[in-house]
Amino acid sequence: MTVKQISVFLENRYGQLHEITNILAEAGVDLKALNIAETTDYGIVRILVDDVPKATDVLIGAGCVISVNPVQVIAVPNKSGGLNEVLGKIAEANIDIEYMYSTVDGKDDVAKLVFKVDKPEELEKIL
Amino acid sequence: MENYYSKEIETMPVEQIRELQNEKFLKQMQHVWNDCPDYRAKMEKAGISIDDIKSLDDIGKLPFITKDDLREHYPYAMLAKPLSECVRIHSTSGTTGKRVIAYYTQHDIDLWDECCARALVAAGATKEDVVQVSYGFGLFTGGAGLNGGSHKLGSLTLPMSSGNTDRQLQFMIDLGATVICCTPSYAAYLAESIKERGVRDQLKLKAGIFGAEAWSEEMRRDIEAGLGIKAFDIYGLTEISGPGVSYECSEQTGMHINEDHFYAEIIDPDTGEVLPEGSEGELVFTSLDKEAFPVIRYRTKDICVLTRKACSCGRTFIKMVKPRGRSDDMLIIKGVNVFPSQIEAVLLEQGYQANYQLIVDRVNNSDTLDVNVEMTPEKFTDNLGEIADMEKKLVGALKAMLGIFAKVHLVAPKSITRSEGKAVRVIDKRKI
Ligand SMILES: [Zn+2]
Repeated sequence: MTVKQISVFLENRYGQLHEITNILAEAGVDLKALNIAETTDYGIVRILVDDVPKATDVLIGAGCVISVNPVQVIAVPNKSGGLNEVLGKIAEANIDIEYMYSTVDGKDDVAKLVFKVDKPEELEKIL
Repeated sequence: MENYYSKEIETMPVEQIRELQNEKFLKQMQHVWNDCPDYRAKMEKAGISIDDIKSLDDIGKLPFITKDDLREHYPYAMLAKPLSECVRIHSTSGTTGKRVIAYYTQHDIDLWDECCARALVAAGATKEDVVQVSYGFGLFTGGAGLNGGSHKLGSLTLPMSSGNTDRQLQFMIDLGATVICCTPSYAAYLAESIKERGVRDQLKLKAGIFGAEAWSEEMRRDIEAGLGIKAFDIYGLTEISGPGVSYECSEQTGMHINEDHFYAEIIDPDTGEVLPEGSEGELVFTSLDKEAFPVIRYRTKDICVLTRKACSCGRTFIKMVKPRGRSDDMLIIKGVNVFPSQIEAVLLEQGYQANYQLIVDRVNNSDTLDVNVEMTPEKFTDNLGEIADMEKKLVGALKAMLGIFAKVHLVAPKSITRSEGKAVRVIDKRKI
């Protein structure tokens, strides 16, 4: 399933991440997933939320630099070898994974994973 | 073939120029001594009499004039003619304090117009051309200077003044303007507007004269490509007369100074000592035949280099390279002169906003330069690798411009400290 992910520029200094989660919490936006990619100086916080327009509004209003991009959310069976199987199919289809991370959203028997890939249509097709 | 407005003067052998300058300088000093009480008082205070000035070689004995001197004696500073003989004033913008008022007699206007006519001809203009003057008119010298120069040359002159881009483009197209004179930033804006409207093929422009602002070589190439012209630089200050103190020729490697009207020196900004040709330092001008508002050894605060190297255009006037920045702003880092304006130019070229902060420090007896740059929504991407590449590109461009390594830090928008709405641009921890 394709969903909209919000990426926020993060300066690597104390309390920056909390500032962002605080802006969202105050607006009543629910975080479904969060991931950080960083260098020593700066990073990118990637989030999935329940209300994308509201989240972008409050983040931009607070002076954040953001970008909104499509990512794929894939349900992976929460059993031994489940992720291995999915990654195997992706490799076989020659799909390149730019990054992936897990959500806090999911039930006992499935884990929901976020994928950023070079060929999103094919990923949807094979899984 | 190269054209000249005043061929004999512009291509005069160097020794003859010096002779002419010497003769005019002595006359100018006599005029100042007799008719300019402000400067005479400065000379007397420095213990110098007109009898001590026997030739141009004695110019080093004379005191400098600074912008503060001109402000202090507002509104008649350095006035050397009765007001009844003056026909016009111009004035500086006064953004950094009291305005400076420059007075002109008809002779002074004629002299200035001649300088601008030379600049137009050096840019390839003739009386057949249609010259669009899109500098501001009024107290600002930009519009009046190029307008006067174009009149003198006999070209059809469009006194457009600045702004109202629709009307600018309409006249440019309908009247077939061939030469445009404006600030480089407005030229870049016009080029954008022309591209948006898709009217480039309706233009007859061939040359542009752009000054009154700092601009880079990259910006020159962009304007040239965008307008389909050759872009020429021009230099001048209201305190000296206006645009046309120096002007660029077809070689585009610096601006020829109108040496029959202005004598240029390069000094060490700290000691005031005159530096040999080819050294970088502060540019100082002395007028040689102005009546109402003569300036003797005026410190421009512009840092640049003078060169007598033979020019392919055939002009023998000394050339000044584009000023690198202002002496007030100059930082010396690892022995290299660095100007915030250079860093700003690189940032704008690379698509960042001019919101930056320089932090200079000394670590293990070696200077360091850190540049904080605000991330912009336009530059931001979800890809960390792309951001790292952008950063690397910026480091490379800064190195190419400054000649030293600067560490770049991308910071959150609006995070750079502001005092009274203005960003604190430079933090020099070496002085703390
Ligand atoms: Zn030349």
